[in-house]
Amino acid sequence: MTAKAMLCRCEDVTLDEVMEALDAGHHDIESVKRYTGFGTGWCQGKQCVLACARLLAQVTGRAPEMPITPRPPLHPVPLGVLASLGGDEEG
Amino acid sequence: MPRVVVIGAGILGLATAYNLAKRGVKDVLVVDRAYLCGGASGRNGGGVRAQFSSETNIRLMRESIEICRDFATEMKINVWFRQGGYLFLTRTAARARDLEENVALQNRCGLPTRMLDPSELHRIVPELSSEGVRAASFNPGDGVVFPWPFIWGYARAAKDLGVTVRPFTEVVGFETRGGRVTGVRLRPTRLSPLDATDEVLPAGDPYTEACDDVVLCAGAWSPKIAALLGLALPNKPHRHEICSTEPLKPWLGPLVADLTDGLYFSQSMRGEIVGGVAVEPVPEGVNQQSSRRFLTTYARALVRAIPTMAGVRVLRQWAGCYDLTPDGSPIVGRVAEPSNLTLACGFMGHGFMMAPVMGRLLAEHVVTGQTSPLFARWGLDRFARGELEHENMIIG
Repeated sequence: MTAKAMLCRCEDVTLDEVMEALDAGHHDIESVKRYTGFGTGWCQGKQCVLACARLLAQVTGRAPEMPITPRPPLHPVPLGVLASLGGDEEG
Repeated sequence: MPRVVVIGAGILGLATAYNLAKRGVKDVLVVDRAYLCGGASGRNGGGVRAQFSSETNIRLMRESIEICRDFATEMKINVWFRQGGYLFLTRTAARARDLEENVALQNRCGLPTRMLDPSELHRIVPELSSEGVRAASFNPGDGVVFPWPFIWGYARAAKDLGVTVRPFTEVVGFETRGGRVTGVRLRPTRLSPLDATDEVLPAGDPYTEACDDVVLCAGAWSPKIAALLGLALPNKPHRHEICSTEPLKPWLGPLVADLTDGLYFSQSMRGEIVGGVAVEPVPEGVNQQSSRRFLTTYARALVRAIPTMAGVRVLRQWAGCYDLTPDGSPIVGRVAEPSNLTLACGFMGHGFMMAPVMGRLLAEHVVTGQTSPLFARWGLDRFARGELEHENMIIG
């Protein structure tokens, strides 16, 4: 892969930007997410989290970590649909 | 050279450490139970405003907004700061009177805040439904930032000045002698795998770091840490949830906040509509989990306020904790015992926006040991004295 390879296509995060985060000492996936912004766009990490987790494991020599904490909803949902739901119960 | 241990690497801890180092206190250690941006500093809506109901908050926030405006230049990092103003509105007569009084006070403090008539309201946010709106106020100088780079900016600048920032390190106890803290007991942590609770697990043996001063900036975790010193704090964690939509082209100027139902929303420089709403009751204690109830409540409130938002999709939701005090004002300054402990907590959901100025004031307080009128007013002993200072412009 070249340094300009796109790891997160939604937020335009490149390989060298993730490498820079690792070089800056961010060796856990939640910190790398917040330092680079990967996984916060349209796909919410569905396309990029594996590549970032693998890179992290390669660079640190540690076993791959859990994925980033998933943020609901699973897929983008229109506000109008959500507004029409009940859902007053906790959960 | 005194050694300062700062507990909590949120924006307030990092801003304090940065300002201590700038004043020559280079031996500063900032610890955090998890990763940076893991607490409220990485989970808030990024609002920065000077529209408040107490003169103290108004004047502090005027200064904080100036620091935000200059932050990118000073810290060499883009924090996506945008001054689109804050538009407060209310649907009750009582709140309308509060709003008018607050605007008069803000004007006396030099803010250009003004009450909006319906036509001006429509001009600033044409998409906003004015149904039932009794009054609205607008300060064009308020704005929004993207919180994450703000944290990285302070962390990097503090490190460049010699500060040590140590994430994944929790406080498990203190060593005290003669009414002073002499050491902080710390333990390495790691994230708990595959659960969404943001709990941490022990990942090593406890050890002690000696200290001459301790600053407690742990937000919603502060009461639990203070309890390790036998100190009872009156503040309580209170979960607040936020969500973010798909990015849209710029259309929304101000952050809109409805004081009636706690709805607020703004458009970030990334184009997303970021917002929240008051939801009660919330689970006890520190809880950073998302609920479906929030999402449906928020969607109903937002679609009522901006009907055209019905077709816009929510990408993600998350939660963080406000750190609430009984009177709505923060708890800052040294305590009687241990005499070298400085508190900086209870910021009521606006700790992020206040940290740029509070970090400077806290550093001065720690360096000089002097108590300013502000720190006297916001000290922990006000609860024993019964001299409370109320703030009524709390969102959510």
